[in-house]
Amino acid sequence: MQKITRDALVNKALALLDNGTVDRVLGWKKGELAYDVTPAVFTDGKSIGEGFVWNDFCGANFSKYLIAETKKTGSKVLVFLKPCDTYSFNQLLTEHRFDREKVYAVGIPCEGMTDVHKLRAAVGEGICNVEADGDMLAVSTVYTDEPVNVPAAEVMLERCLVCKSKKHVAYDELLGEEGEVAESARFDQVAELEALTPDERFAFWQNELSRCIRCNACRDVCPACTCEKCVFNNPSSGVENKAAANSFEEKMFHIIRAFHVAGRCTDCGECSRVCPQRIPLHLLNRKFISDIDNFYGEYQAGAEVGSRAPLVNYDQDDLEPSEVFGGRE
Amino acid sequence: MRKCSLSEMNKVFARIASAQKLYLPVDGEAGAEYKLWEEGTEWSNALNTVKSPKDFFFPQLENLMEFKVTGKSIEVIDTRKASEDFVVFGVRACDVKSFEVLDRVFLVDPVDSYYATRREHGTIVSLACTRPTETCFCRTFGIDATEPQGDVVTWKTETQLFFEAKTQKGQAFMSLIEDLTEECDGSEVEAQKEKTGKILARLPLANLSADAFGADKTDKFFNAPEWKTLSEACLGCGTCTFVCPTCQCYDIKDFSTGSGVVRFRCWDSCMYSDFTKMAHGNPRLTQLERFRQRFMHKLVYYPTNNDGMFSCVGCGRCLSSCPISMNIVKVMKTLGDKADD
Repeated sequence: MQKITRDALVNKALALLDNGTVDRVLGWKKGELAYDVTPAVFTDGKSIGEGFVWNDFCGANFSKYLIAETKKTGSKVLVFLKPCDTYSFNQLLTEHRFDREKVYAVGIPCEGMTDVHKLRAAVGEGICNVEADGDMLAVSTVYTDEPVNVPAAEVMLERCLVCKSKKHVAYDELLGEEGEVAESARFDQVAELEALTPDERFAFWQNELSRCIRCNACRDVCPACTCEKCVFNNPSSGVENKAAANSFEEKMFHIIRAFHVAGRCTDCGECSRVCPQRIPLHLLNRKFISDIDNFYGEYQAGAEVGSRAPLVNYDQDDLEPSEVFGGRE
Repeated sequence: MRKCSLSEMNKVFARIASAQKLYLPVDGEAGAEYKLWEEGTEWSNALNTVKSPKDFFFPQLENLMEFKVTGKSIEVIDTRKASEDFVVFGVRACDVKSFEVLDRVFLVDPVDSYYATRREHGTIVSLACTRPTETCFCRTFGIDATEPQGDVVTWKTETQLFFEAKTQKGQAFMSLIEDLTEECDGSEVEAQKEKTGKILARLPLANLSADAFGADKTDKFFNAPEWKTLSEACLGCGTCTFVCPTCQCYDIKDFSTGSGVVRFRCWDSCMYSDFTKMAHGNPRLTQLERFRQRFMHKLVYYPTNNDGMFSCVGCGRCLSSCPISMNIVKVMKTLGDKADD
């Protein structure tokens, strides 16, 4: 359950609209089901009153939407940012992708978001309503007379289970209490993969990536993927591939994408959250993050605006490739 | 009507698989997916597969032909192999209906012979629903989840699977497993249908109506201001189109192999920015136009060209898969509610 209330967010939004600080609000909009929250732009109190939601299903990271939003009018847009979202926000600023002057950022605490797939697996079909109560979710379905109680932590998004930070690294104003950068176990799975033999690791990724349907959801949701025209969408690029011709191409798309965002990926986890085929894409990115940490010293993309990422920086003490490969079996 | 104990289904599957290829839903990492049955394969209990079964007739990628250039002559090579009969088992009512939607595209003149061949060779064994879920809205399009179409229709109870052949292909299928099934009356099936019918009526989307949409409604909806807010958060990815059982758009391209040319086709998505790119430019400049196209096609254009039939079957896959949870239900509610004028 979220500690900060919907009312707190709504009141803040209404006040900022009312005093003219902003003329629109980027928020989460109620859907038709218990969990189908959609990012939306609200422009008035009435629509906020009717449609604005804040609950355990507000996983969407709004940072990337700011690129389009800040091009719209001269006025400011209000954006609510969870701690992990603020890292993407900073990274986009570092890359000069939107105009900071046109944004009013309100940091909000987050207790972790629910993974709808895990929720469905836990309670089965026919979810009608979900009520958060402390650490539990009470889920009503058409098949049960009484709500089924599920511990929120059991159905949380993977990225939230290994939350890297409850601390906001960017905001104009903060609602609720500020948290701390967390001790995260997010590299444990990377270590498990590293412990495999090359053949086993290849088989793992072969199996995972073979499910890819090339819908591009991972790329399109990714705050680090902001090219105006992706080579994979460009008929003139010569490498546009709408469908993977073979298992090499399947892997190629994801590996190229992972290289392209290396050093810029904040590990926000949106790629894995939206993948319809449940491919753990974040593990590719985390491997790069972990390697960068090991080779060049710890670096968190988006922790501050304007930092030079190790891969675009040169230092005389930089590691030589031979030192890396020499250190491997 | 005939029946077979669920505990004996492995024998049924083995018998069918000995005659032709048998595909059925199997649990996987992402949810259920259609897989080739082999000894040891377990039939999934999932309500439906993550991807639709349209791949069986309209695969995501297929090579159409090859060209070989020698001097000034071009040889066109038909690379098709002889098709084999196959069975797709456990197809839900919504997905069976989707084949009818696809047929009206691929089997009208000029007939798509690639699609037609696969349709001729495929036997559809459908499975009535018993545990529909919150994303289901097939009723909206006049589909009865308890009474699917198909060459053979099956109904599952706690312990039995009931079969009824509906076509010649279906009869051939049943004769293959005649000694593994026994004749029975339909009373258990009727009871099951009634029970499921009550659940269908209680689902969150049970009362969703498509009445406001249909043939010749282009002018009514095309310029609706609501498209702006509906499409605002759309990422422009192809998830909805690729999990959709009725989306049928494709791209055809030539691939140079160095020694020749392979002409292939693959699924395309109207949500993609280059979908309508032509020599003169692109008539759909923003995501609003692309988004509008997808829903107008399902709810207005397709019905206009197909005797009022909608090209959505209410399977709910897009509701589960859209990264931003925007979908046809939200479009219908938003535009349909204001269409009473």
